[in-house]
Amino acid sequence: MSYLIKGETCDWEVVIGLEVHCQVISESKLFSGASTLFGGEPNTHVSVVDAAMPGMLPVINEECVRQAIRTGLGLKAKINKTSVFARKNYFYADLPQGYQISQADKPIVGAGTLTLDMPDGTSRDVGIERLHLEQDAGKSMHDQDPKRSFIDLNRCGVALMEVVSDPDMRSPEEAGAFVRKMRSIVRYLGTCDGNMDQGSMRCDVNVSVRPVGSDELRTRAETKNVNSVRFIMQVIEFEAKRQVGVYDNGGQVVQETRLFDSKKIETRSMRSKENAHDYRYFPDPDLLPLIFTDELIEELKAELPELPDDRKNRYVGDFGLSPYDAGVLVAEKDTATYFEAVAEGRDQKLAANWVINNLFGVLSDRSLSITESPITAGHLGELLDLISDDTISNKIAKDVFEVMLETGEAPAKIVEDRGLKQITDTGAIEAAVDAAIAAGPNQVEQYKGGNEKILGWFVGQVMKATQGKANPGQVNKLLKEKLDG
Amino acid sequence: MSLDQDTVKNIAYLARIRVEEDKLEPLAGELSAIMGWIEQLQELDTDGVEPMASVVNVSLPQRKDVVNDGDCRDAVLKNAPDNEDGFYTVPKVVE
Repeated sequence: MSYLIKGETCDWEVVIGLEVHCQVISESKLFSGASTLFGGEPNTHVSVVDAAMPGMLPVINEECVRQAIRTGLGLKAKINKTSVFARKNYFYADLPQGYQISQADKPIVGAGTLTLDMPDGTSRDVGIERLHLEQDAGKSMHDQDPKRSFIDLNRCGVALMEVVSDPDMRSPEEAGAFVRKMRSIVRYLGTCDGNMDQGSMRCDVNVSVRPVGSDELRTRAETKNVNSVRFIMQVIEFEAKRQVGVYDNGGQVVQETRLFDSKKIETRSMRSKENAHDYRYFPDPDLLPLIFTDELIEELKAELPELPDDRKNRYVGDFGLSPYDAGVLVAEKDTATYFEAVAEGRDQKLAANWVINNLFGVLSDRSLSITESPITAGHLGELLDLISDDTISNKIAKDVFEVMLETGEAPAKIVEDRGLKQITDTGAIEAAVDAAIAAGPNQVEQYKGGNEKILGWFVGQVMKATQGKANPGQVNKLLKEKLDG
Repeated sequence: MSLDQDTVKNIAYLARIRVEEDKLEPLAGELSAIMGWIEQLQELDTDGVEPMASVVNVSLPQRKDVVNDGDCRDAVLKNAPDNEDGFYTVPKVVE
């Protein structure tokens, strides 16, 4: 499944690297005791450290360090026991320090791996170059006043983890799968809430193109602050075409920062950031190197929850689910929790089928998340029990499911109240079978003449007479016995 | 290594320091002299020597993850040249 762009003289492939900024889940900020809560009154979650008053000193939050280590472990990455904070200097109104405290050549987490789960059920590994800790900036609002911008520093100083991938991705789909997997991992770990629409996960997209068959890395353009999976894919599609066009016209792609316009679906050069790459990094003299022990890493490793890859392997290996189904179920932690509650002590494949084929459709039609499901995992499990012990047939179960959606009642109660219990009493079924045979002499003729498909007509008659409650296995068996005999 | 006037001008711009035209040349001379001293230091063989982060042997102190600061809007806005409705206001930054 390769993604190629037709040029005038050759086909081109696209080379993609991503930088994902994840806001760390913590109570207080990376270097100050101010709250990280989203949505407070402007400038109320700001300490004198965040406001960069002269003489204030940053003191690191140990939980943010732990969250970064956990995330590194989740990416199967090398954890650096010694890392160094550096100042990244740039001038902007929502960064009162005049520099962002970040990490340059000694990040807290080194090389790791992230496994992409592609829609066709295959998997592919993408290299992680590094993860480092840094401060978020404040927020600027430009539409309040014709001459002034308004600045809120509530977000300023909140911890971010920046995850940098290797330039390993070759299609918009792979980049989308990368971001979805990253989001899944941080949510499992509880290190970032992964909500892209609230800006707690944001992405810089690096794109270059090269002729198919070449292994050179050409000049890349970076599109900043893209905040949805769909937009990331659109940026890549646009950039790939734009860059191929530049080369086709004999031009050169320039290294630059670009901005995505989601209304026009295009990227544009940000000339205001021409000087932005001259960051003049140097070690922050206010902060000593961050050093921790193997014991801390081991302690955090021991506390890690089961991660999506391991869970997926367990579903495939122990439950016999297909890699695709397993991937769908583990992608969101809440979905996996729901599924496991349904599958607990039951046929896991049956449980997976009901969750994926019946419940997911309803949830997506109604734009509900799994935690808002109108049917609880407990009730869905009870429904499966009613199928397994032959109280109801699969077909009736679908009707019961519909009623459960509307009423939220327990399936056993619905079956009882509406008299949906399957008829397994041979006498009752036999009577209906006899009636069906008596009602269709023509069909009997056809059956005897070798048309086995006509059996379906008899089954239909029996089901009609029993309101669908006859056990289908028994009906088939009895019909054959009587017609063949 | 010597710095020319354009480089000094760019450094001043990045640091948002205003330097008058007639100060560029003497400043270039002074900065070049400093660079000269750094070049002297670079004659030392520092292979395998870790950069020294501190003269005292302590590691980075860490704090617990508790909210014990902030909520002092009046204080942080007090030094701002201009503010409105709880926001800092600055000359418009146009993208």
